Amino acid sequence: MSKFQKKRGKSNPEVSTASLPDIIFMLLFFFMMVTVMRDAEMKLMINTPSASELVKLSEKNLVNYLYIGKPVKKFQETYGTSPRLQLGDKFSTIADIPLFLEKHKIKVPEAKRGRITSSLKVDGEVTMGIVQDVKTQLRKSGQLIVNYSAKPRNE
Amino acid sequence: MFNKRSTRDKMSNEVNAGSMADIAFLLLIFFLVTTTIVEDKGIRVKLPPWSEDEPDITKLNKRNVFSVLVNAQNQLLVRNEPAAISDLRERAKEFISNPSRREDLAEKPTKAIISLKNDRGTNYKTYVEVYNELKGAYNDLWDEEAKRMGIDGGYNDDLPIETRRAIKGKIPMVLSEAEPTAFGKE
Repeated sequence: MSKFQKKRGKSNPEVSTASLPDIIFMLLFFFMMVTVMRDAEMKLMINTPSASELVKLSEKNLVNYLYIGKPVKKFQETYGTSPRLQLGDKFSTIADIPLFLEKHKIKVPEAKRGRITSSLKVDGEVTMGIVQDVKTQLRKSGQLIVNYSAKPRNE
Repeated sequence: MFNKRSTRDKMSNEVNAGSMADIAFLLLIFFLVTTTIVEDKGIRVKLPPWSEDEPDITKLNKRNVFSVLVNAQNQLLVRNEPAAISDLRERAKEFISNPSRREDLAEKPTKAIISLKNDRGTNYKTYVEVYNELKGAYNDLWDEEAKRMGIDGGYNDDLPIETRRAIKGKIPMVLSEAEPTAFGKE
């Protein structure tokens, strides 16, 4: 008994905080890894319509994004105000879609390629003409799973 | 000179690591605040494979086809009568399930076909709204079917795939989209 008491009396009651920074850094690195910076600069004004029958997109790396909308103010001088297609971070035409899809496809493991989804982020004010052309091109390229991106509607 | 050196010698050459945690916390909070976990949601659609010739719906029995036309002025024509988007869901549900066995509605849910046609000048917003209502009609019917089968939670994507297949087998979603007309201004 007396032995224990002696030891206890000698020991320093302070908890060492030296490892605290390491713990915090670990958390920091976790968040840095998890954070996905928006990869594409938005060159179009897109305000997606709202809908109620929404489905969540499951795996992020299985999704490629196609944007359709009017160019933002900065680009209106060069590209005009009619709706344009944006793939990745540049203005594109319908003919660029197959290459864009292929570039995304090779990054995806082979077993998951059948589940690749194309997310169409389209401005609500755009007319169906360009959307239809994009859809036709997607069908021709064999990309059949499409997601019309929309905001949840509060009912 | 001599004095200075003596003070330097007295100083401990350890860096105080106590503030490290604060710096790390600051960074951590910055990342926490800037991280936006973007949840992308939308209406999932399966497009038909590409073929040169369009499917001919005129051959089908007229009572089994629920035609929806949207013109460039975003007006609706449902089964050759003007209609509002707000009525679309109920009408589509009645058409598919045909609870009162009417002669002009679908014979049975498996034979029902919804034909959607729009103009190149139709607003995308209207198109999505119409598509949403049609999808909603099917979702509601699947929900009812699931409840009839004894699934309390109704239809959702968490159900086992066999159950979902069974429900969708009874009420398959057949939505045919025709090539749009080009009357309106794009």
